[in-house]
Amino acid sequence: MRKETFRNTEPGRTAGGPEARAPAAAGRRLLVRRGDVGRAVDEFRRRLRDGELGSLPVVLGLALIWIIFEILNENFLSPRNLSNLSVDIVGTGLIAVGIVFVLLIGEIDLSVGSVSGLAAAMFAVLNVHQGMPEWLAVIVAVLCGTTVGAVHGFFFARVGVPSFVVTLAGLLGWNGLMLYVLGESGTISIDDQGLVAKLTSHYFSDAAVAYGLAVLGTAAFFLAAYRDSLRRRAGGMESRSLGRLGFRTGALAVIALAAAYVLNQFQGLPLALLIFLLVVVGLDYLLRRTRYGRQVFALGGGVEAARRAGINVVLVRISVFMVSGTMAAIGGLFLASRITSASQTSGSGILLMNAIAAAVIGGTSLFGGRGTTWSALLGMLVIQSIASAMALMGVQAAVQFMITGGVLLLAVVIDSLSRRSQEAHGRA
Amino acid sequence: MRAPPLLALRGVSKRFGAIQALCDVELEIHGGEVIALVGDNGAGKSTLVKVIAGVSPADSGVIEWQGRIVQVRRPHDAQALGIATVYQDLALCDNLDVVGNLFLGREIHRVGVLDEVEMERRAVELLHTLSIRIPNIRLPVASLSGGQRQAVAISRSLLGVPKLLLLDEPTASLGIEQTSQVLDLIDHLRDRGLGVLLISHNMGDVKAVADRVAVLRLGRNNGFFDVNTTSQEQVISSITGATDNAGRTRMGRTGEAWL
Repeated sequence: MRKETFRNTEPGRTAGGPEARAPAAAGRRLLVRRGDVGRAVDEFRRRLRDGELGSLPVVLGLALIWIIFEILNENFLSPRNLSNLSVDIVGTGLIAVGIVFVLLIGEIDLSVGSVSGLAAAMFAVLNVHQGMPEWLAVIVAVLCGTTVGAVHGFFFARVGVPSFVVTLAGLLGWNGLMLYVLGESGTISIDDQGLVAKLTSHYFSDAAVAYGLAVLGTAAFFLAAYRDSLRRRAGGMESRSLGRLGFRTGALAVIALAAAYVLNQFQGLPLALLIFLLVVVGLDYLLRRTRYGRQVFALGGGVEAARRAGINVVLVRISVFMVSGTMAAIGGLFLASRITSASQTSGSGILLMNAIAAAVIGGTSLFGGRGTTWSALLGMLVIQSIASAMALMGVQAAVQFMITGGVLLLAVVIDSLSRRSQEAHGRA
Repeated sequence: MRAPPLLALRGVSKRFGAIQALCDVELEIHGGEVIALVGDNGAGKSTLVKVIAGVSPADSGVIEWQGRIVQVRRPHDAQALGIATVYQDLALCDNLDVVGNLFLGREIHRVGVLDEVEMERRAVELLHTLSIRIPNIRLPVASLSGGQRQAVAISRSLLGVPKLLLLDEPTASLGIEQTSQVLDLIDHLRDRGLGVLLISHNMGDVKAVADRVAVLRLGRNNGFFDVNTTSQEQVISSITGATDNAGRTRMGRTGEAWL
């Protein structure tokens, strides 16, 4: 009965009398009357006002720097350069995906660089020196990262040491362990025909693979969104119109097919990029659509609220650091794969900074509670584009660092401003 | 003859170290009734709520639920009986939307995958039956007004279909318009047969929405009043400990100042 009344309030096709409509539904009707474009504009205005820009600034920024770099150097947007770019982002990008998880609960993990180096060293020593089969060495190296993350998580969540300090200790300690593991040898070359080397050297040279996956991915997106929209309509709720759905699907199709076209101009779809995309999509689903993901976001939004809602705060915190450690280890293997070796400099230098910067530039908030795994991909594209363009133009690293630093500062400023704006609007 | 009260406290006492926080407190709440619990700071209001909610159980005394003697040792016990509590700090996650907050900790899911559509449908239904107006329930609650946030917090506690609702200072941080929204909601809940225990400092709110007022003073009962037949001054003097006349009010005040 109640359901029936409720259906009657459905926007657009109301059959029941006006008295059946609740004020709430009436309010929503007004919104619904507006056309698709009007609604999109409204939504955009609200997000602008509330400081919920998400990935928009970075997408615009990326488009802008690509145009600038292409004007400065015509090789920048060449298939070869873009293809290399798409492989270069993967190692650090995977690490940044782990960072996103930690940032979402409002914490930081400074150890990811060292952990990635440790995983690479573990793999190289086990495989090359100890003769362990590659697949097993990979598993051990990745689990090593997971364990390290669990240790960080334990000290942070259970003992109560600030994550900054725990992972700072990790940064030093795990780097030390890596040097210890590598021992006298210093640099260990890994089999350049092996499994790990293939991670970044394998390309699907058949053009059909890239196009096929682009079409498949777009179709999957459309079907999932369409099914959702049908269910919402069946439940009598507002849903995105087919027009908007079509627009989004179309935009995705254009991007996916263009990427496939460009990649096919060079050597085809890189395996590394495919894995990266699968990880980003998979973990995005985990964060946005599962109970676990909801708990992670809840922790970022209010620890006390999460605790009162019955969420096991300690467990979720530890798990987040485990994800971060695991992704750092996987990223480390991709970085080792790219240079087919593990050395004393693995995981050092600006790797850590780049991983954190990527997540933040991509739109994940440093203050917790807002972000997506896609920001790792987008942020890395920005950072690597700058690096790649500078290399093409023969500009020295000094300038590159300064530019990347400026972009990072800009990203953090946007983050802080949107947070301030949210606070201003949050409490009336 | 009325049905046995929803909740009855008999001789509830609670001690924190040397401080007697509650002493032989009696309280009865019936369904469809709003009881205001008032008292000065430190009178034991919050302690009493925590006792009923199972957060910090009483040392002695009896709690009866619908005429049966029950044990409320943990928050879970209270929830199982049908007692829901909305604390002063709302315990909402600012970054989650209204639906996410309503269902936080009890998401509808299939093998861990959230059923957003079903959750949103039920959320709309719930807000609709409570006549709560929130323009877009997919907005993060950070962008809602104080009154709307309070409404979300209260609705959240109603998802478990409680029989008794404990509200700790629900209007403390709200403006006039928003306060009246929340008071309307409390009225609405009473009409639906819920028992409501409302803690408030604001006599205006108490007058507007409560049926009876229970006064606590220094951890003891200091009178029950019918809102319709009692003047605000009587309630206030009971709170401050001066019940008879102006002379004693002044004496009470002076006495208080010296404490």
